[in-house]
Amino acid sequence: MRKIWSLTGGIHPAENKHQSVQSSIGSLPLPDRLTIPLNQHIGAPPKLLVAEGDRVLKGQVLAEPKGFVSAGIHAPTSGIITHISDHPIPHPSGMAARCITLEPDHKEQWIEHRGIDNYREKTPSELLDIIRQSGIVGLGGAGFPSAVKLGPKQPISTLIINATECEPYITADDMLMREHPQDIVDGIKILSFILGDPDEILIGIEDNKPEAFEALKPYLQDTNITLVEFPTRYPSGGEKQLIQILTGKEVPHGGIPADIGIVCQNIGTTYAIQRAIQHGEPLISRITTVTGKACATNRNYQVLIGTPISHLLQNNGFDQSQCPRLIMGGPMMGFTLEELSIPVIKTTNCILAPTAEELPTPPPTQPCIRCGMCAEACPASLLPQQLFWHAQSQNYEKLEAHNLFDCIECGACSYVCPSNIPLVQYYRAAKGEMRKLAQEKINSDRARERFEFNQARKAKEEAEKAAKREARKRAAELARAKKADQEASPGGADTETNSADDIIKAAMARAAAKKASPEEQRAKLERGIVRAESHVNAAQQRLDGLEQDATDKQWEQARAALEDARLRLQNAEQKLAALGAPTDDKLKDATVDTAKSVMDKIQASPREALEKKVSTLKERIAVTEEKLVSADDKTLKTALQNGLKKQQAKLKDAEQQLAETPATADQPNSTPKTEDAASAAIARAQAKAAAQESMSEEEKLKASVESLQNRLKKAQAKLTAAEAEGSEHIDAFRTGVEKLQAKLTAAETQLAEKTQ
Amino acid sequence: MYEIIAQNPLLAALTALVGLALIFGAVLGYAAIKFKVKGDPIVEQIDSLLPQTQCGQCGYPGCRPYAEAIANGDTINKCPPGGQTTINAIADLLDVEAPTLDEEHGVESDTKTVAYIREDECIGCTKCIQACPVDAILGAAKQMHTVIISECTGCDLCVEPCPVDCIDMLPVAKGLADWTWDMPASSEEQVKALRADIIATDKPGQRDGVDAA
Repeated sequence: MRKIWSLTGGIHPAENKHQSVQSSIGSLPLPDRLTIPLNQHIGAPPKLLVAEGDRVLKGQVLAEPKGFVSAGIHAPTSGIITHISDHPIPHPSGMAARCITLEPDHKEQWIEHRGIDNYREKTPSELLDIIRQSGIVGLGGAGFPSAVKLGPKQPISTLIINATECEPYITADDMLMREHPQDIVDGIKILSFILGDPDEILIGIEDNKPEAFEALKPYLQDTNITLVEFPTRYPSGGEKQLIQILTGKEVPHGGIPADIGIVCQNIGTTYAIQRAIQHGEPLISRITTVTGKACATNRNYQVLIGTPISHLLQNNGFDQSQCPRLIMGGPMMGFTLEELSIPVIKTTNCILAPTAEELPTPPPTQPCIRCGMCAEACPASLLPQQLFWHAQSQNYEKLEAHNLFDCIECGACSYVCPSNIPLVQYYRAAKGEMRKLAQEKINSDRARERFEFNQARKAKEEAEKAAKREARKRAAELARAKKADQEASPGGADTETNSADDIIKAAMARAAAKKASPEEQRAKLERGIVRAESHVNAAQQRLDGLEQDATDKQWEQARAALEDARLRLQNAEQKLAALGAPTDDKLKDATVDTAKSVMDKIQASPREALEKKVSTLKERIAVTEEKLVSADDKTLKTALQNGLKKQQAKLKDAEQQLAETPATADQPNSTPKTEDAASAAIARAQAKAAAQESMSEEEKLKASVESLQNRLKKAQAKLTAAEAEGSEHIDAFRTGVEKLQAKLTAAETQLAEKTQ
Repeated sequence: MYEIIAQNPLLAALTALVGLALIFGAVLGYAAIKFKVKGDPIVEQIDSLLPQTQCGQCGYPGCRPYAEAIANGDTINKCPPGGQTTINAIADLLDVEAPTLDEEHGVESDTKTVAYIREDECIGCTKCIQACPVDAILGAAKQMHTVIISECTGCDLCVEPCPVDCIDMLPVAKGLADWTWDMPASSEEQVKALRADIIATDKPGQRDGVDAA
């Protein structure tokens, strides 16, 4: 005798199983239409393969599994697909879902199918694929695709067949074991092969099914399958509870039985797998208990999937007036059905139609009295009353801490509660709310991620734009600097402007210059000042040149030019000031200084002027040298060097000039030659004046006539020469000669008058 | 030196205290650098409580900016999509009194909505794509746009920029997947319905009889 462990908590409600085991598994006439919901399992809905109006054969695939956790559906009988539409499905919500409506043709025409004679010749994965394609799901209640459950990654040491069927009223598995023990044992052997022949194969059965126990026993001789009987107690049929009873092991929190090397399969599923492997029949029907006092007959039926509940009940003498509520599943975990057109699905193990006395409506809820009976009854060792408080106050953190998700919703706590508190309903609602919140959390996390990515992308785009702008600006500045260099040293620039690169840069610089930003305007004005300064310098130089032999008129002109240049400089400075830009004090001072120095020079002696010139040149050279040291650009350096050389040459000239100029000299007499010429001219003029003074009136006139005669002769000679050459100025010469002749005649008449 | 300190208790105490202060200061300074927490953890925590619709109804351009604003002292009741639940959660986190939602920023809505583009009216201007804070609108210039429902937060920022008004905010259809059990009818009401002044020794009718007598 194998050791068994006891169930934690649990209850023992009235079994009410005897009513439905009186007669064998029956079969029903075909209903007028079958409604087959697309999604009858946990996981992804299958992919529809048929369309409205299609004729299908019995066992034909209507929808194939899509995704890993999914199951297909098959035509329960031959007929025509009339509708593919939404229809109420067996679900606690009473909602509608996509269903295939099949109108049977009553021919029961099977699609071609055949089983595998020796499944041991196949690989486990091939068998799993057959199970998957046959649409087999856990028939115990949840409807989890069996192929997934039978293909665990973990090594399996124990296979447990769940023949417990602990809930009151339900006898579907009991009757199946009684009538098909051989098939069930074959099914177990197939499962064992698929799972790699685990060390231990256990069938767990409650001691309230002695007939089933006896029926199975003879087929288990010469096998390694152990039939384990244990006391009836609800909910020992729960997967985790059964594992605990049979092995003493507990499935870890949040884990699955495979984590501890165990796979659990329902007896009905085992039978369905055997049918699929050995007969090639997909899951198109199941055994369902129809029971309750509102039904005249209580019996188990082999029911086609999709059969309307109403059809099932009609064939059992159902009295609706007696039945306040119709339940799918057992009285502990089932749910109320809203209408009778709902079909039987793969997980429908029982239709319970109790009378009001049988299953009275619960009395009004009273406050929790903290009696602790629920904690004693809980098979998962939870604290139901704590969960109740927290569920009521929607304190989800606390619920999490109290392991609400370990609750199997067996309803034992509600059953024992003296205050009739619908505890399980609180837990279900709280679980739903928590799942919803968890989903919302996932969604919001994803939204946050997407938002942050969106922001990052926008920031990146902005940064790229800014970088481009910056690059353009820098290129423009570079081009401008280059242009300035070219102005400074025009010789060196010629070779560089050839390349296309430079042309582009120059174009960009021009474009940048057009776009006059305040900075650029300022630069422009500064350049203007520099230009004005150079004008002033030029004027000063001209003035320097004039100093030696200047007439008053030339002085006047030079002064005017200097004045003009100075005005321009002032104008430029004013503009710069008006721009509000920080004026370059150094530059301003320099220009003002040059203007001043020029004015000084105009008034000062040439010697002083030269001295000043030398000193300013020296200063400039010093500044240029400084610049040269600090300059890092190569082109700028060469430009500065050129400038420096020129300045040095100028300085030399100026120094030479200064040396030549007599230290005490006050008058401009730089060269002896010019001095002689000037004194000779003065002497001539003085001699002329003296001669004129000594002459009489007549003599004066005579002299003038003589001179006029001389001039006339010269002019006539010129005229003849011009006539001979054919010059274009003949007319001018002629008029000149005529004028001279007129003057001569006038002078001669004057002379004649005087002499008379 | 030692003698002066030994003879002068005040000086000794002062030296000891200053010494301790220096040691702990050094330790704390080191810890401040070594165990420096990058970023503002409270902003992260507030941000994780906000609904991430990025709708901007609070006046900030997204949930994170609002979280930062809350961390800098802004009021916590400016988030209509989060509603009272979010306000309570943030109040709990910041240990302040939970205010009610500021109606100025909108009203809390029970139904979650998502944007839906009437595709045959869409002219392909991409304005809604640019407005979407979570990149949930798919499309290209002069091509039809469509909303990726699963990514839409229902912020309705795309509705306003649409030049042809072809975007609707539709409530999300509740399917089987979203269904959950309802809480049982509040037991509190039932408790109130019971006669609260009855005690264990009272028998029904007896009390009434006494009253009658």
